[in-house]
Amino acid sequence: MIKLEGLSKIFPGHTIPAVKDLNLEVKEGDVCVLVGPSGCGKTTTMKMINRLYEPTGGKIYIRGEEALKMDPIKLRLDIGYVIQEIGLFPHMTIEENVATVPNEKHWPADQVKQKVDEVMTLVGLDPNVFKSRYPSALSGGQRQRVGVARAMVSDPPIMLMDEPFGAVDPITRARLQNEFLRIQERMGKTIVFVTHDIDEAIKMSDTIAVMREGELIQHATPSDLLSAPADEFVSNLVGRNRSIKRLHLIRINEILEDVNRAKPISEDAQTEEIKKQLDQSDIRTVIVVDRNNKLKGIIGVNDLKRTTGEVAKDYCQDVSDTVTSDATLNDALSVMLELGEGYVAVVNEDDQYEGTITLGDLLNVVKEDN
Amino acid sequence: MLQNLWKWLIIPLIMLGIGAAVVIYTVNNPTDSIVARMLTYERVFRVIREHMALLLVSMIGATIVGVLGGIMLSRPKLYYIGRVAENIVNIGQTVPSLAVLALFYTVLGLGFRVAVFALFIYSILPILRNTFAGIDGVERSIVEAARGMGMNPFRVLTKIELPIAFPIIVAGIRTAIVINVGAATLATFIGGGGLGDLIVTGLSVHRDMIIFTGAVIAAITAIFLDYMIGKVEERVVRWT
Repeated sequence: MIKLEGLSKIFPGHTIPAVKDLNLEVKEGDVCVLVGPSGCGKTTTMKMINRLYEPTGGKIYIRGEEALKMDPIKLRLDIGYVIQEIGLFPHMTIEENVATVPNEKHWPADQVKQKVDEVMTLVGLDPNVFKSRYPSALSGGQRQRVGVARAMVSDPPIMLMDEPFGAVDPITRARLQNEFLRIQERMGKTIVFVTHDIDEAIKMSDTIAVMREGELIQHATPSDLLSAPADEFVSNLVGRNRSIKRLHLIRINEILEDVNRAKPISEDAQTEEIKKQLDQSDIRTVIVVDRNNKLKGIIGVNDLKRTTGEVAKDYCQDVSDTVTSDATLNDALSVMLELGEGYVAVVNEDDQYEGTITLGDLLNVVKEDN
Repeated sequence: MLQNLWKWLIIPLIMLGIGAAVVIYTVNNPTDSIVARMLTYERVFRVIREHMALLLVSMIGATIVGVLGGIMLSRPKLYYIGRVAENIVNIGQTVPSLAVLALFYTVLGLGFRVAVFALFIYSILPILRNTFAGIDGVERSIVEAARGMGMNPFRVLTKIELPIAFPIIVAGIRTAIVINVGAATLATFIGGGGLGDLIVTGLSVHRDMIIFTGAVIAAITAIFLDYMIGKVEERVVRWT
């Protein structure tokens, strides 16, 4: 899909090339993450693909066509583009922002409207609520979503993303990453993704291209990169705690079935039943759900002593954070550390309870791996 | 809607009312025969007309040249000239308006046209500077996103850079107008006419009432135009 051949870039006034004789191929439907320390040439490489920077040497093939011979404007209209600063247009509403590329392509108005609604819903922004707002009225996470929606609206087969989730807090970032992976699973775009965060690279990628000082050091699947780093630079980059990094590669729903844990109790359960469940529970906590299997809260041993009541909903405490089943084990671990608990409740998109993951489960996974 | 229109109109109407009241009062209640002779409706309207002509012609010209010049200097190829030009303009702005008029008088002579030309040159400066600074101040990431999505340079300018710089460009035009109304009162010294006629006449015959009339009309004109442009800008810019 994308093939870079001997690509080089020397910026005017510099003698050292920013990118040196780079060869890289990204297969259709793959997410290729360019990773490396700042100044390694990863962003420069990406910007040469849509010709924001003109290469000083080498060739770029996009679907077999030589990109350097195409009209750069036409080329860019068919490549989705997301940057870290997002670059939303402050004087346009969210609808106008998202409709940028279709308008440049002169699509008919009703088609633009329909597509904008569709893609906004896809990234989790209610079009009726957000369409007429201006970017200044949005939170950081919402702006990132608009940025992604704007890049995807005309359904480009290729997307370039330069640290698209760089400017938000870690929790929002993990959520956006998971949502994005969910979307990507359905859309199957060919994506070149730039980040300096190796954890993000491992989580998001089908293949990782490690760069240093303008050169490609290793291009491999995340799992190969972890088990067989090409040299010391790569192994330093992935770090010593590689088994923990593997937690990025495994999703919760992959291990949830193997975890046998006591069933949740209903919000109307009597005190006796709660006590019985608590005794059996290895985390000394029971999960309470309502009639629709929605997560209601948790009851610990102390909650039963501290408060008086008759049924589960009287004792139950709110859960401050959960994970979704398509999150990675690493997400689960960070929520556990955040909460200071040895477990975390897993829910689906509609907040329905799916299971519980404990620290012990994570340890088992890491152990098996070694 | 109608209520909004009223809210919109009330302040400009009050300003026009004060101006009209001052003119009517001073023309009908001259302190002596000299004032009576110098301050007639005919004369007042003539100088207002002249003043507006000075203002309009020089401002329209200055806006066109200033905005186009600012855009040109902000283009990548001329960008470094733009930085130099910005500084020259800033220095130019420190030259007193009276000196500018005097300068053009020595080169081009007397008359309305010379006065218009001098005001035009003087008003270009703030507009040019603000246009350049406004476009230059558009965040790089915004321009990069626009280019990366496939907008050509002309579309980036008209759809992104100019609209975002618009409030700053308008601020430059407002500054220019306020300066221009004041500077145009000096046009009388080189035979350009305008409200300065009243003020200078009043000074030479020692009649405060004539000076007062000229000065009040000039001040109200400046405030009125500044207010109106500000209101139009508010209408256009809804995103801040």
